Amino acid sequence: MMTCQTPYILLLLCVGVSAVEVQRPRGVPLSKRQFYEENKPFTCLDGSRTIPFDRVNDDYCDCQDSSDEPGTAACPNGSFHCTNAGFRPGFIPSSRINDGICDCCDTTDEYNSGAACQNTCREMGRKERESLQKMAEITKEGFLLKQQLIQEAKRGLEDKKAKHSDVQISKKDLENMVEALRTVKETAEQPEKEAKERHLKAWEDQKAVIQMEKDKARMTEVFPELDDDADGFVSVAELLSHSELDPDSDGSFTEAEAQGLLGGVDQVDAVTFESVWNNIKEKYISESNADTPAPVETPTEEIREPASDNDSEQYPEDDIPDEEEEEEEEEEEEDDDQDEGDYKSPPTTQTQEKKDDDDEGTMPPYEQETQNLIDAAQKARDAFDETEKALREVDDQIKNLEKEISFDFGPSAEFAYLYSQCYELTTSEYTYRLCPFNRVSQKPKFGGSETNLGTWGHWAGPEDNIYSLMKYEHGTGCWQGPNRSTMIKVTCGKETVLVSTSEPSRCEYLMEFISPAVCQEPPNPDSALHGHEEL
Amino acid sequence: MAPVLVLWLAVSLSGTWAVDKGNFKTCDQSSFCKRQRALKPGESPYRALLETMELTNTRLTLQLINDNNKVRLLLELYRLQGNITRVKINELKPLKLRYEVPDVLIRDPPTEPLSLLSQDENGVVLSLGAESQRVIVSARPFRLDIMEGREVLMSLNSRGLLAFEHLRMRKDTFSYKVTSTVASVWDNIKRVFSSSQADPEAEKKEETDPAKQAETAKEEEEKVEDGMWEETFKSHSDSKPNGPSAVSLDFSLPGVEHVYGIPEHADTLRLKTTENGDPYRLYNLDVFQYELYNPMALYGAVPVMLAHNAQRTTGIFWLNAAETWVDISSNTAGKTVFGKMLDYVQGSSETPQTDVRWISESGIIDVFIMLGPTPKDVFAQYASLTGTQAFPPLAAVGYHQCRWNYNDQEDVTSVDAGFDEHDIPYDYIWLDIEHTDGKRYFTWDPHKFASPKEMLQGLMDKKRKMVAIVDPHIKVDTNYKIHNEIRSRSFYIKNKDGGDYEGWCWPGSAGYPDFTRADMRDWWASMFAYDQYEGSMENLYTWNDMNEPSVFNGPEVTMHKDALHGAWEHRDVHNLYGFYVQMATAEGLIQRSGGVERPFVLTRAFFAGSQRYGAVWTGDNAAEWDHLKVSIPMCLSLGLVGISFCGADVGGFFKSPSTELLVRWYQTGAYQPFFRAHAHLDTPRREPWLFGPENTALIREAVRQRYTLLPYWYQQFYHAHRTGQPIMRPLWVEYPEDPATFALDDEFLIGRDLLVHPVTEEGARGVTAYLPGKDEVWFDVHTFQKHNGAQNLYIPVTISSIPVFQRGGSIIPRKIRVRRSSSCMMHDPYTLYVALNPQRTAEGELYIDDGHTFNYEKEFIHRRLSFANNLLSSVNLAPDAQFSTRSWIERIVILGASKPSKVILKTDDGQESQLEFDFDSSMSVLTLRKPGMNAGVDWNVMLQ
Repeated sequence: MMTCQTPYILLLLCVGVSAVEVQRPRGVPLSKRQFYEENKPFTCLDGSRTIPFDRVNDDYCDCQDSSDEPGTAACPNGSFHCTNAGFRPGFIPSSRINDGICDCCDTTDEYNSGAACQNTCREMGRKERESLQKMAEITKEGFLLKQQLIQEAKRGLEDKKAKHSDVQISKKDLENMVEALRTVKETAEQPEKEAKERHLKAWEDQKAVIQMEKDKARMTEVFPELDDDADGFVSVAELLSHSELDPDSDGSFTEAEAQGLLGGVDQVDAVTFESVWNNIKEKYISESNADTPAPVETPTEEIREPASDNDSEQYPEDDIPDEEEEEEEEEEEEDDDQDEGDYKSPPTTQTQEKKDDDDEGTMPPYEQETQNLIDAAQKARDAFDETEKALREVDDQIKNLEKEISFDFGPSAEFAYLYSQCYELTTSEYTYRLCPFNRVSQKPKFGGSETNLGTWGHWAGPEDNIYSLMKYEHGTGCWQGPNRSTMIKVTCGKETVLVSTSEPSRCEYLMEFISPAVCQEPPNPDSALHGHEEL
Repeated sequence: MAPVLVLWLAVSLSGTWAVDKGNFKTCDQSSFCKRQRALKPGESPYRALLETMELTNTRLTLQLINDNNKVRLLLELYRLQGNITRVKINELKPLKLRYEVPDVLIRDPPTEPLSLLSQDENGVVLSLGAESQRVIVSARPFRLDIMEGREVLMSLNSRGLLAFEHLRMRKDTFSYKVTSTVASVWDNIKRVFSSSQADPEAEKKEETDPAKQAETAKEEEEKVEDGMWEETFKSHSDSKPNGPSAVSLDFSLPGVEHVYGIPEHADTLRLKTTENGDPYRLYNLDVFQYELYNPMALYGAVPVMLAHNAQRTTGIFWLNAAETWVDISSNTAGKTVFGKMLDYVQGSSETPQTDVRWISESGIIDVFIMLGPTPKDVFAQYASLTGTQAFPPLAAVGYHQCRWNYNDQEDVTSVDAGFDEHDIPYDYIWLDIEHTDGKRYFTWDPHKFASPKEMLQGLMDKKRKMVAIVDPHIKVDTNYKIHNEIRSRSFYIKNKDGGDYEGWCWPGSAGYPDFTRADMRDWWASMFAYDQYEGSMENLYTWNDMNEPSVFNGPEVTMHKDALHGAWEHRDVHNLYGFYVQMATAEGLIQRSGGVERPFVLTRAFFAGSQRYGAVWTGDNAAEWDHLKVSIPMCLSLGLVGISFCGADVGGFFKSPSTELLVRWYQTGAYQPFFRAHAHLDTPRREPWLFGPENTALIREAVRQRYTLLPYWYQQFYHAHRTGQPIMRPLWVEYPEDPATFALDDEFLIGRDLLVHPVTEEGARGVTAYLPGKDEVWFDVHTFQKHNGAQNLYIPVTISSIPVFQRGGSIIPRKIRVRRSSSCMMHDPYTLYVALNPQRTAEGELYIDDGHTFNYEKEFIHRRLSFANNLLSSVNLAPDAQFSTRSWIERIVILGASKPSKVILKTDDGQESQLEFDFDSSMSVLTLRKPGMNAGVDWNVMLQ
């Protein structure tokens, strides 16, 4: 192999080369020259038949394997060899011979079409050498950087492993502490609970008495209201004027139903009414406010917030355990999408009851003794919660460390430096953000919400180069289409940068990402640069 | 494309995957159809007033009177050259003019003299020239019978369904009262005046029964129905200021059991009877995700029906551009084979008969009765009225690669390179709506397509071309030149109140240019000039989509019927809109080259005559096996009514095809006239090389088969252009006497010499093809195996099989050097495939021109190739034409041959030479090696 050192020599050489080429039939590569011996019968390369040599390149296809027409377009699957002196030799399908389009940079494919082709091999060769050289430099530097990255990753991994064992120890300590504090808490909570129950029972009893009296008073008011003809009896007919009392609420309040409410008789006096009242008091609408609609469907939105506020104040011993409540709060922080009202709002009927309760006043404050017990228990709870929280944090830390330690960051962990980094690329419309091993997203440049283009899936390169492609999947769904996904093509470079993005198919993105981590060890620099010319 | 992204549509679909039928009217929901269909067969109220008959050399006129309301109609009857009878019926004195469709007929059809054979009080008999053809006009009730000898070919109004809703004043308005009074006074004056000349007896008849007359008049008055003066569909209301205006007429076809045509419907080739459902509807609509095998209207409408039996083929061309419904009934439909047998045995069988009834919302009755008698005669007769298929540039017959959308120039470049990398030929790459600057047609997205000329030049360097979409809805945007010009020239269609009509389409709010105006069309055409359409070059062609017109927020996703085109309502012209859009666009492409280059324009909406302006495709189909199957009858039906350049989106537009379906679709599409792959925006990419090397190879092979056959395809287009014969043909067209062919629509012929039975079943192991022709033979084009005609042949298939047969007796030229585009193959040599029939003869043609200009009118090569008595010769069919070609004959393959001892080639210069040959005795295939003569000269080859 020789190299054209100066343009002058190259020119001479190339002229010389083409003079030599005349010796073999058009379109035949040097490697197959021996099969095409002039003036000897030609045997198709598949051995299928032998033809006179003048039928080689005679513009008629005789061989099934197309080998008799290397220099014409006569055979369907033939290929034509261009020497391309000054550049790289190559093959083109023989259907591109003399089709009026310049394919070979040395113009040899258009020898009879009238196409005005320019020999561009030297220029292309120069450009290719330049770019190869540039590439080689980049690869070289990139590969050096990669070595650093590998070292860093190694150190990082060791650090993490060390940290992992440290944290394991503090976890043990915390676990012990949590157990101790749990005992303290439970010991303090037992007397607190008993004291509170006593207090509550007293209050409930008192409330029941008040409620009964109210009920009775209301009944006394209602009887004359119902007794339209003031005969001292409430009759079926009189009851029927109150359609809201319809027991099955089917829109038709029948006499039989009314009679049922009256206990099977046609009318009742004030005394018997007492038992009737219990059946209808929930539904009854006083005639004095009959024109205001019954608050059956209170708009929940309006009531929700204040109602739940009352809730926590009024019932300090709320039956949701504190622990669970805290978890839910965390969840809420994590998941923005979840509707805030979902678990906070009590059913509407409860709201109703609470309104009634309001009428009956609020529970009297605890006595000092009870309050002291509550305070003590609260203190124990707080201490326990705090320690437990610390334990959970340590657990998370361990989990994260373990994940990172076991993560596939490449054969030498050279991709580890990308972990928890993000890279952005801004196009005319969007800002794209790649957080390697986490997610890819897209945000409109001029306002609008972010779209998830996929979360880390797996390495997806071909078997021999699996770390050349990253796949991010299960992004935001497309209308009538798949969930968005992104392929990241990683190529060698000195910097770490996101260079391009496209959407070849709807919702399937393709991005190019440069990183030293994929730079391969450069081969012997001389052989990389040269050796592409057939001379 | 379709209005896919429109949210309200999406919501209304609610996940189900099919057309939302509720968006489109049934006959019951279209008030005129409901009214007309309510009218049952019976005695017609129409009577011919024979005393008003006038017979000139070219036409007969005659008044008809409706005995119920005394409204008079004018019947015109013409005998046209080429065995066509034209029947026109209009109101004698319409309140205002009724719409008569312009621009569809290529000229005033030349007439032939009619002569009166006999006349009495019951009617008149007219001669239709030779062949003892007569028209009998019966007076009471009015009907027309067209006879040949003793045989009735067709009867009109024999079932009494002629109906003509005369224009009237609205009764609940003040103006009506005034005008009607004036009118009745005027009527009386007229009557007095006319009675002095008219037949006194007839006049007396009218007056004899005044009581009855009053009664019927009263009855008329009471029959104001809902929907006559206003109708609503969903949230849309149609103001109908002209009131009811429908026309209807019935046709009886004795002896006919098979009728075809009236596209576009996603249905079988043979039309079904409609008694148990809706009639076939003709109303150009943008139907989102259309359903198969039903009579719903689709994107285009050609009101032409063919009727066929083993003795005769006839046609009915109902020239009306308004919404039209066609009812078909038959006295044999529903009868089982056994029932028919029984009838036959018992001799009680009435003649089979098909009855057809056409109903249109407005306009007049103008019907052309094409009397055949052969299928080819009917095609020629129809072509003499509406013209023939435009002769496309050769490249347009190649393969088209389309997608909604190729994203940017880089994408175009890489797809183009992909075809070269995988060695698959293609001629056109297409850009859908996303290439524009915000759906402003005639513009380019400034970021994605910043330098269109550079892109086009890149394609041109590879001898390839591009199609960019130009839709007729124009974005309402005062910064958009096209909009401003149209508005300032007042070229937009107007709404009923006189303002510019605006509807919702891709760009948002859009105006719709009034393409029915010739001045508007001229202006539109001028917009395609290279200096007007920035970024365009001579290898950029055009695609007109959404030209039904599609209006996302309009009734049935189209324009309000009360919108105004000058004096006419949209109701009158609706089905013509797409026709005019393509007409103006094709004219633009012709003009930009100074009249030199042939245009190529694809349209989705069409009407009778659209064949003159380019290609059509079957719209937004889906990646489903049934859609692949139905592409055959859909294109066959279009071919029968003149539109030969037809194809379906290969792969299916909506949804994503399985690899097997995609491969089968390429194999089918490669043998249909318009061969374009297309895909919806939301589908994954499906360029041919994305499904693994095996499937790439299968697709490559299918596309290559197309390219090898381009000389034959091009010749078919030339023929279609010259004669109006369809390219893709149902078998019955070539075998009209063989009833086994009458309903076949899973196989077809290309021209007359290639029979194709594509594999359209998933997982197929074999197909059964009917090979027609007693005493004929067919050759498998891949194996050269010979099969006898008139048999059902089972053909085992693999995934690479495309069952195609060449008719024994034919010669087909191919270019087997497939290159990356058709232009690259321009000068390549031909291989002739000579398939011998049992008589050891064969005939074929060779047509060559420059492939892209109008010079073909004078400069071309047209030769007859014939083989008889062991002599194959090429003779000039067009000695006056001038053209020279560099192409030569590289090989002659004779199928069904026997081995000669020697083969002598004789060229026109008198030189003789001996040809080398190869004989395959197992298949009886003789291959002559490299005869080498120029394709344009006389020569003969003698087998000895």
